[in-house]
Amino acid sequence: MKTVPLINIRTGEKAIVYEIIGGRGLVNRLGALGIIAGKEITKLSAMMMQGPVVICIGNTQIALGYGMASKIIVRKE
Amino acid sequence: MKKILLVGNPNVGKSVIFSRLTGIKVIVSNYPGTTVDFTKGYMKLGEEKVELIDVPGAYTLEPTCKAEEVACEMLEQGDIIVNVLDATNLERHLNLTLQLLGKSKPIIIVLNLWDETRHRGIQIDTKKLEAILGVPVITTSAIRGEGLNDLKKRLNDIKTESQSRQLENQLLINPETRWQEIGKIIAQVQTITHRHHKLDERIGELMIHPFWGLVFGVGIMYLSFQVVRFIGEGLINYLLDPFFYKVYAPLLDKLSIILQPESFTHKILIGNLFDNAIDFKQSMGLLSTGIYVEFGMILPYIISFYFMLSILEDVGYLPRLAIIADNVMHKLGLHGYAIIPMFLGMGCNVPGILATRILESKRERFIAITLISIGVPCAALQAMIIGLVGAHGVKYVMIVYLTLFLVWLITGFILNRTVKGFSPDLVIEVPRYRFPSISQLFKKVWYRVYGFLIEAVPYVLLGVLVVNLLYTFRVFNYIAPYTRGVITKIWGLPESTIVPVLIGFIRKDVAVAMLGPLNLTIKQLIIGSTILAIFFPCIATFTIIIKELGVKNMIKASLIMIGASLIVGGVLNIIL
Repeated sequence: MKTVPLINIRTGEKAIVYEIIGGRGLVNRLGALGIIAGKEITKLSAMMMQGPVVICIGNTQIALGYGMASKIIVRKE
Repeated sequence: MKKILLVGNPNVGKSVIFSRLTGIKVIVSNYPGTTVDFTKGYMKLGEEKVELIDVPGAYTLEPTCKAEEVACEMLEQGDIIVNVLDATNLERHLNLTLQLLGKSKPIIIVLNLWDETRHRGIQIDTKKLEAILGVPVITTSAIRGEGLNDLKKRLNDIKTESQSRQLENQLLINPETRWQEIGKIIAQVQTITHRHHKLDERIGELMIHPFWGLVFGVGIMYLSFQVVRFIGEGLINYLLDPFFYKVYAPLLDKLSIILQPESFTHKILIGNLFDNAIDFKQSMGLLSTGIYVEFGMILPYIISFYFMLSILEDVGYLPRLAIIADNVMHKLGLHGYAIIPMFLGMGCNVPGILATRILESKRERFIAITLISIGVPCAALQAMIIGLVGAHGVKYVMIVYLTLFLVWLITGFILNRTVKGFSPDLVIEVPRYRFPSISQLFKKVWYRVYGFLIEAVPYVLLGVLVVNLLYTFRVFNYIAPYTRGVITKIWGLPESTIVPVLIGFIRKDVAVAMLGPLNLTIKQLIIGSTILAIFFPCIATFTIIIKELGVKNMIKASLIMIGASLIVGGVLNIIL
């Protein structure tokens, strides 16, 4: 088991949200979209040149800016 | 009167339900943040008349943007809350529901998009959910009108029933225990059967592919532009011009003879004659140029633009475009989602500026609003530029567009470096693709065209009237000496252009139309229409900017616009 930032996993890979490195604001904001520790996510796409990352969580697709995606730490199975 | 609030996450269909229950025309689209302000309407519950309020979507009761702030303020005023959820995304949507349950107000839970749960292999036990939460739960497919009668019935009952909540308040306040609670609820009420990847999802993924997404993006934009042109030109060539020249012109000719060309009324209503005939583009009378510009030149492009925009909106493509554009927009101090206000601004700057409420920080809103008013020409203005400049060749129109795009880009770049504050990252929910409902689509185009007619026509006619009076009383003779420096020396335009520049404060389309009779060279036409687009917002935009940014920021934005128009006009004058 190892933990890496969301930006470092490959497109199509599944992982579990481990922790969010950021203040209460960021945690709440992502939490409101269902991105909380313990949830399984799939990385769908990552735009070129540090562009946004698109993930699938539950039945929702969410696009996150690169900066934000780098603060989400995930655990690979 | 009792107030009923429609509350829920963005893009769950609150506005559809609102529209169905009240019969009020509201714009609905397939992306989060369509409704940024509340809309009120009335409906009957039994014998009682109640107020229904469509609240902007919110993910949480701790506001993260202006639209959510509006939502939270509204919440305090409501008597009954109708919490609308996306049934295919129950877990996430329950987060807001549980927060709402913390407020001691009667609540009805509406699981919308119910029809989609079936083919997504999702089963929800609504009876059990009702028992766990202690509030009524109903299911709807609002876009088809299913379940709305049930909603009305339950709303009527709720006035008398008292609700007994099953969940402890303490659990609901803390996010961590709240999510644990949601997990428990989901485990009890929802079962998901496995299903395969669907075709629409595959296409969806292709659109956000790092390479193909970009290719499709460019392709779709190009295609959209062509469709707008095709429909606009088609309407003009086959419908409107034949009408104006074969039916309307002979009528005006008769009126002209009755009124007698020298009279003052003739001057106001019909305007000047050229070779003893009315010239729709140059006569400047209320009934001649006023009506023709509005209905013969602008309206067709308003129709075609909103038709295309509405398709892109309802399919759900715009958020995908936001993802692709995110990189570029960051250079301008914005994130990708700001592309949506920019798009709406291409119809009319006013809704575009209102849509900036989906942006989180003040800095972003200032930048976005300034960029919309400086570099995003509205459809009416574009129609005139295409009509007037385009008559000399498409490449000249391209010069105007390219210039405006560069101004937009450079201004944004500079603002990003100079405006204080922070710009947060992009976070958006990407909606599923939907096949647009054709009747909804036409309804929406009609609301928007109707809105344009109601709001624009009076100003256009006023503009034409003012022009007429300015010319009749030769007012510009008095002003021209003071403005000569800028207009002739920097911009290289004839002194008489001061009139269109002044009229630009009222309506920019009328202002560009006025460049027509001035016998400008093509270079002067390009410069004239470009600076009219950049220089100062029209009166409607001006008012909305004050409302959204306050007077101080409005002055800042205006100074930027005036400065930019001086520079751009000067540069074009030198290089063209």
